[in-house]
Amino acid sequence: MSIELKNVTKKFGAVSAVNDVSFSVKPGELMALLGPSGGGKTTVLRMIAGLEVPTSGDIFINNDRVNDRSVQQRNIGFVFQNYALFKNMNVFKNIAFGLKIKKWRRRDIKARVAELVKLFGLEGLEKRYAHQLSGGQRQRVAIARALAPKPSVLLLDEPFGAVDAKIRQELREWLVTLHHELNVTTIFVTHDQEEAMEVSNRIVIFSRGDLEQIGTPREVYEQPANEFVARFIGVMNVLNTEVQGGVARVGELQFDALGQPDGTKLRIGFRPYAVQVSTDLNLFPYRAVLSRTYFLGIMLRLEFDLPSGLVLRSRMTKEEYAQLGLEDGKEVSLQIRNYRVLAAEEAGLPPEREIAHRPPPTIAEHI
Amino acid sequence: MGGTVSRINRDATAKSQRGTEESPLVKWLLIGVCGLFLAVFLLLPLVNVFVQSLAKGWQVYWASLHEPDSVSAIKLTLLVAAIVVPLNTLFGVCAAWAIAKFEFRGKSLLITLIDLPFAVSPVVAGLIYVIMFGLQGYLGPWLDSHNIRIILAVPGIVLATIFVTFPFVARELIPVMQATGREQEEAALTLGAGAWKTFWHVTLPSVKWGLLYGIILCNARAMGEFGAVSVVSGHISGVTNTMPLHVEKLYNEYQGPAAFAVASLLALLALFTLGLKTLLEWKQRRDYALAQQTTIVEPAQTV
Repeated sequence: MSIELKNVTKKFGAVSAVNDVSFSVKPGELMALLGPSGGGKTTVLRMIAGLEVPTSGDIFINNDRVNDRSVQQRNIGFVFQNYALFKNMNVFKNIAFGLKIKKWRRRDIKARVAELVKLFGLEGLEKRYAHQLSGGQRQRVAIARALAPKPSVLLLDEPFGAVDAKIRQELREWLVTLHHELNVTTIFVTHDQEEAMEVSNRIVIFSRGDLEQIGTPREVYEQPANEFVARFIGVMNVLNTEVQGGVARVGELQFDALGQPDGTKLRIGFRPYAVQVSTDLNLFPYRAVLSRTYFLGIMLRLEFDLPSGLVLRSRMTKEEYAQLGLEDGKEVSLQIRNYRVLAAEEAGLPPEREIAHRPPPTIAEHI
Repeated sequence: MGGTVSRINRDATAKSQRGTEESPLVKWLLIGVCGLFLAVFLLLPLVNVFVQSLAKGWQVYWASLHEPDSVSAIKLTLLVAAIVVPLNTLFGVCAAWAIAKFEFRGKSLLITLIDLPFAVSPVVAGLIYVIMFGLQGYLGPWLDSHNIRIILAVPGIVLATIFVTFPFVARELIPVMQATGREQEEAALTLGAGAWKTFWHVTLPSVKWGLLYGIILCNARAMGEFGAVSVVSGHISGVTNTMPLHVEKLYNEYQGPAAFAVASLLALLALFTLGLKTLLEWKQRRDYALAQQTTIVEPAQTV
C-alpha cells in the first residue's frame, strides 16, 4: 500500500512540530524517517498511524484520504519505541490480541500466532511475559503483534533504540530480511544515520519539523541537498571562505571562486575521505601536522592542524594508515580531492554539485 | 526464586554498616518505642474487646449478636457498604483516569477536592447533608412534600458514607495509572480495539492490584464510619442504626457484653480487611520482584 503526505503541518499549541511536509512512500518500500531528536519524525509517524491529528494537510493510505479515520480504521501495525507489550498478557496473548479484537475464529488465531511465532523465532516462549524476555525478543514480539492482523502498513518508532549495541546490528539485518519476505510497506523512525543508510530503500531527513531531503541512501550521501543533510549524513568539513583575487580563500586553503567577484563569501564543504594525505611533503600543496588519531575499529579518524590554525578531519583505513607510516605529530602534505560549495543557490550560483579540485594557478606554479 | 531474593536481602543487611548509620542502641530504642506504643494503644485494647465480649461466655455472645436490633444493624452496615463501595469504585476509576491520562485546566483543584474528605471532620460531612436535605435545610421542605426522606433514613447514611470514603480508590489508582502511562493503550488502539475493550483488556488488568487495595480500604472505612453517619442517622434502633452506632447505643445502655460482641464483629471485619490488604501488598511486591528479575535468554537464531 502506498502512503502519501500532502502539506502536513502539526502544531502543539504555539510550537510547530511538523511544517508543511509532503512525501510519498511506494507500495512495498522500506522508508526511514531520519533526523535529530525533536526533528518531528515521530510526530509524522504518529500522524500516519492516526495517533495524532494533523493541524492541516492531508494523509493518504492507498490513495484514500484517512484524515478522518480513527486509528482502528486505518489498518496499520505500529511498533512503539519501548514496545508497549501488554504486561498482563503472555507472548501468545500479545500476538493474538489484534486477532481477537477483529473476532477471528479461535482456530484461525492459533494458526496465525503459530505461524508468526515460527517466523520470528519465538518458539517455546509463548507462555512468557514481557519481563521474562530479552530486549531483542521483546522487539520481535512487538513486531509480530503489529503484523498479526495483516496490516497494510507497518510503522516502527525507533525500533532499535531500546536494545543494546550488540543485538542492534543483528536486528537491523533481520528487519531487512523480514521486509524482503513480507513486502509490507514499512516506515521506521531513527536518529541514527548509519541505521537509516543500512536498512532503508529511501530516507526522509527531518530537522526541526522541516523536511530537508528525500532520497536513496546513496543520493543523500553523495548529493546532500544542504549543509544540514551533509553534516548529518556523515561528517563533513565546512569552511567559510572569501573570494580574493579571483580565488576563494581561508587560511592557506584556496578554492575555485567559480567566477564570483572579490568579497563574496562561499561556504565550502568536503567529506573526510576527500582529504588526500602524503608523507612526501612536496606531493600535495598544503603542509599540515597530524595532531590526533582516533581509532574507530577498522576506520581511523584523523585531525590535521594547518599552520594557519585550520583543522581538517579525515578518515582512512588502518591499512592506509600503516602504509603511510603515520603517527601523531607527523608532518604531511595534503590536498582536497573534491568539494562542494554549500548553500550555493543563496550565493547566486547554480545548485550544489561536486567540484573536482583544480589547484589554483598560484599554487600550481609554486609546486 | 524466593531463595535468591532472601539471600540478596540478607547480603544487603550485612553490608548496611555505613558510616552514616545510627548506633544499634538508637536503632533498637526507636524500634522498641514503636513496638511498645502499638502494644499499649492498639494491641491491648483490641485483645480487650474480644476478652470483654466473651466475658459472659459464648452463649451471651451469640445471643447478643442474634438480637433483632443487632441483626438489623449488621444488615444495614452491609447494605450501605454494598451501595457505597461500587459507587466509589466507579468514581475512583473515573477520577484517576481523568487525572492520570489527561492534561486539563483545574486538574490540581480536582486532586485537592478528592482529598477533601481526609481533611474535613466526618461530623462536618454529616452536617453538610443535614443542612442540604434536613427539614430545616434548603431542599428539606420540597423533599418532605414529595414524601422523600433522606435525613434520619438510609439514603442519608449512604450519602454521608460516600462523602467520607470517596478518596480511597482514586488515591490508590492515580499513582498506579500515572506510572503505567499511555503506550499500552495506544498499542491496543492500533490493533483495532475500541475504548471499552482497551479499558477492559489493557488498562484495568494493569491496575488491578491498586484497584483492589483501594476497594478494601474503602470498604473498611464504609463499614466503620461513625461520625458522619451519627449526625444523619437519628439512631433509630432497628431502622437507621449501623454497627458502629449500635455499639455506642448498647454501651450507653450499660449492655457491656453485647456492645463488645458487636464491636468484636467490627474488629474482626477490620482484621480480615488488614489480612487481605497484607496479602495484596505481598502479591504486588512479588509481581514487582518478578518483573525486576530479568531472565535474559539470548534471542533464538532462526531468521
